[in-house]
Amino acid sequence: MKKLGAVFSLCLLALIYPLSVMAELTIEITQGVDNPTRIAISPITQNGSTLPEDIGKIVDADLERSGLFRPIPRRDMLSFPAKPNDVYYRDWRILGAEYLVVGNVDNRGGRYQINFSLMEVHSARKVFTKVVEGPANQLRDLAHYISDQVYQAVTGIPGAFSTRVAYVTAIPVNGKMTFQLMVADADGARERLLLNSKQPIMSPAWSPDAKELVYVSFETGRPAIFRQNLATAARTQLTNFRGLNGAPSWSPDGKQLALVLSKDGNPEIYTYDLLTGQFTRRTTHFAIDTEPNWTPDGKSIIFTSDRGGSPQIYKLTIATRRVERLTFRGSYNARPRLASDGRTLVMVHRDNGNFHIASQDLVTGDLRVLTQTYLDESPTVAPNGAMLLYATKQGNKGVLAAVSLDAGVKFLLPSRRGDVREPAWSPK
Amino acid sequence: MKTKMLKYGVMATFLASLLAGCSSTDTADTSGSDVMSVPSSQVSTGTVDSSGVSGSSLDADSSVARVFYFEFDKAILNPEARAALRIHAQTLRANPVNIRLEGHADERGTREYNMALGERRANSARDFLVQEGVNGSLIEVISYGEESPASLGSNDASWAMNRRVELK
Repeated sequence: MKKLGAVFSLCLLALIYPLSVMAELTIEITQGVDNPTRIAISPITQNGSTLPEDIGKIVDADLERSGLFRPIPRRDMLSFPAKPNDVYYRDWRILGAEYLVVGNVDNRGGRYQINFSLMEVHSARKVFTKVVEGPANQLRDLAHYISDQVYQAVTGIPGAFSTRVAYVTAIPVNGKMTFQLMVADADGARERLLLNSKQPIMSPAWSPDAKELVYVSFETGRPAIFRQNLATAARTQLTNFRGLNGAPSWSPDGKQLALVLSKDGNPEIYTYDLLTGQFTRRTTHFAIDTEPNWTPDGKSIIFTSDRGGSPQIYKLTIATRRVERLTFRGSYNARPRLASDGRTLVMVHRDNGNFHIASQDLVTGDLRVLTQTYLDESPTVAPNGAMLLYATKQGNKGVLAAVSLDAGVKFLLPSRRGDVREPAWSPK
Repeated sequence: MKTKMLKYGVMATFLASLLAGCSSTDTADTSGSDVMSVPSSQVSTGTVDSSGVSGSSLDADSSVARVFYFEFDKAILNPEARAALRIHAQTLRANPVNIRLEGHADERGTREYNMALGERRANSARDFLVQEGVNGSLIEVISYGEESPASLGSNDASWAMNRRVELK
């Protein structure tokens, strides 16, 4: 009995330790824009009483993390208005606020309803009043919705604060690696374990409805592609071929995957029909073809190939089977991802021997190196196209970092334990 | 000294097996699925210092290199690798057994491209063995890309150790 107790507490330790230590990636902003918009979020409460989550603080953090806003600290505020009619604009002009958000929460039969307004301080004008409602366990979602609305009204770009990020962690346990597939909110909160394995986990990619992930797991002793539902945890093994089974990418219509198989001798791009289970080979070349990613219109697949002697990005038009080379600068361009505009290509680019994230405008051909960190890889663009996340090294540790597509804003998400790698930003 | 090490080793093994044994309970708590289906290779064990132990029933090829190293983004076997593989081929021709060639890459470059590169390296070794008369159906090729480094540092020395094929 005593022994059982010891076993149990050990188990508990094993269970809790990685989660509690890893939980909630904190964010360090390393570079923001020169003149971020000054905005004030008046505390959003239920007629003065606090809620389980501080809505205003979550909105503050969201907007600050975008690099485009500098929220005014609550302790500097002279008043805490909750409705547009309560606002004394003078109180906010003194603080230099350009915008002000006020809001109030109603509890209606266990569901929260938040009325919130955005005010322009200089012109003493109300920009909008909106309502959002949801259950008590989704207060953070309500806060992110407010952030999205405010961000869009001020910048003209939809917010991406309500999105999530999938990533892989590798944690040394007794000298061996433990791999975990995780999902967290875009602000790092509500981190959740999806899969724990002693064998590598790679290449997570989202379904277009953001309800499922596909990824590569070595749990069978070989790489295989799995599909997993986030809500039910139901998972299916999709491939079990000799050789590579890798780099899955979900088509925009949700019906197919692009992936890599080397069963015919060397790595080729295939598509897999999720309904019929049929595989169709899409490339035919003796070189390495890998890392496929769909264009937003679903008509083409961009991928990495070393058919020209070094890894470069190519585009395959599915209907015509025509393959066109997209990158020409540098001796290593790989792991392409397209922003939702279909025009901005991001990739891993070797620049003077260093691996960085670069973007290339597919219309003008302009290439721009966005990062200056070390061993940068796995870029993933936010659905609004404003920012990308990538994996980099800090010391000997793998961490996630973010950079805006104009390279003006940068932040790091330091990991407290183990390597964090292969971020995948949810499409919604 | 040795007994002490052994003790620690046994202790570590015991702890590891406890941890491995209980981790399947993750499932209930996290609503994630837990994958622990290959216990033999997955249980982590402590090490026992055996430097003073001498044996005589060792495999004839144990003195021949079983790890072969490569240049960055290359899959060409160097002369040392070819010499070692030639001896392995001889043994395998005389005594056919199943072998596994595991291809690896260093951490530079992208993960899936490195998977392809690791496979290309292991294929080089396989093709060489087949050319030397080994039955190809005995050889399994598997790539780990950069996911299973032999050395954890981010420097030239570690990278050189990691660009490899292991014969198992």
